[in-house]
Amino acid sequence: MPLPRLIPCLDVAHGRVVKGVSFVQLRDVGDPVELATFYSQGGADELVFLDISATPEAQGTMTDVIKRVADVVEIPFTVGGGVRSVDDASRIIESGADRVSLNTAALADPLLITAIASRYGSQAVVVAIDAGDGVVHTHGGRVATTTPTVPWAIEACERGAGEILLTSIRHDGQRTGYDLRLTTAVRDAVSVPVIASGGAGSAQHVAEALRVTDAALVASIVHENPAGLAGLRREIEALGIMLRPLKEGYE
Amino acid sequence: MNVVVVDYGAGNTRSVRAALSHLGHESVVTSGATEIRDAEFVVLPGVGSASSAMTHLNETGAASALRQRFGDDGATLGICLGMQLALTHSEEDGGVDGLGLMSGEVVRLREGRVPRLGWSIVEPWGEAYYFAHSYAAQSEFSVASVDGVTVAVRQGSFLGVQFHPEKSGPAGLAFLEQCLSRA
Repeated sequence: MPLPRLIPCLDVAHGRVVKGVSFVQLRDVGDPVELATFYSQGGADELVFLDISATPEAQGTMTDVIKRVADVVEIPFTVGGGVRSVDDASRIIESGADRVSLNTAALADPLLITAIASRYGSQAVVVAIDAGDGVVHTHGGRVATTTPTVPWAIEACERGAGEILLTSIRHDGQRTGYDLRLTTAVRDAVSVPVIASGGAGSAQHVAEALRVTDAALVASIVHENPAGLAGLRREIEALGIMLRPLKEGYE
Repeated sequence: MNVVVVDYGAGNTRSVRAALSHLGHESVVTSGATEIRDAEFVVLPGVGSASSAMTHLNETGAASALRQRFGDDGATLGICLGMQLALTHSEEDGGVDGLGLMSGEVVRLREGRVPRLGWSIVEPWGEAYYFAHSYAAQSEFSVASVDGVTVAVRQGSFLGVQFHPEKSGPAGLAFLEQCLSRA
């Protein structure tokens, strides 16, 4: 089994990182490339960028961000937000991202998952599921659908998804821990890796998530103190989770 | 050093080139037979599917250039799919013949979560590198493994690795640098 992964998630709008990233040792806290470099050096195993502007005009800006990240950051990264077509996915992957994350568009057109997977492989396709009250939500979690969460996760994998990014809407931003029950239910239903998301407030929470699944997404807990990522890793390891050993060259 | 990154006509070569550039080596992306034969170091990167990659390599003449290069003992690094393509045959896409630089089969992973995504410590090298794959090599030319699965093959001047050194942080860069220094 691969080692458990700790994955900081950056929300990007119009080429700038938004939402609660605190200033620590960064010249420009809003620059996604600088923050990505910082997290990479702090021992992030991967990164996720979500383009929350997702307007046609913002696409070109995001492509530029992806290229700049790929040129300086030597860890894998996923890009999501507004991916609606194979062309969108191609633009993202050919700019240097490792994976694309689909959400609303995958639910509207599940064949999109298959089309991207057959071109770039399943490992390049993440299906992000925003779950609440047992059903999938779309449009950034604002719109509840009638599609139940676990069956959708199964279908997404059958269609070619290589990973599920599972966010519990109720837990997101609460910092009271991940939804372990939901995470376990989805993990048991699919054979691809599952990233737990929503609710991390402490190393203990992350360790709990990594005991039940392959990877944990972290946002505010690291953005409030980007320099604390290395310390967070050590705390998680102290709780008995073996993370990737860091080679010299990390801070 | 004259470094060539082989173009399959699909996917992402940007990260490989960025890592090479970070180590002070500018590279050329091409499927040109002459460039591939004459380069001091060639990277066969890991993008796309086995069948589309082999079709492209055969049509452009890159496949025969890679075989000739192998015969001439030219240093070549295969990454991920680029490693798998060096073997005889892959069961991906309903069955595809590889370059056949060395004997071996590429089979679908059957244990654990597939695709296999994340960092694993490679034995006997003792370093963690990043993996993203659903297929793996079975070959007598195996030189490294993770949980018993072959993750590196070597024969003559061809070294193939299942992991992505260009995505493996400082450990990956150190690995690439070592490959380049032996070229």
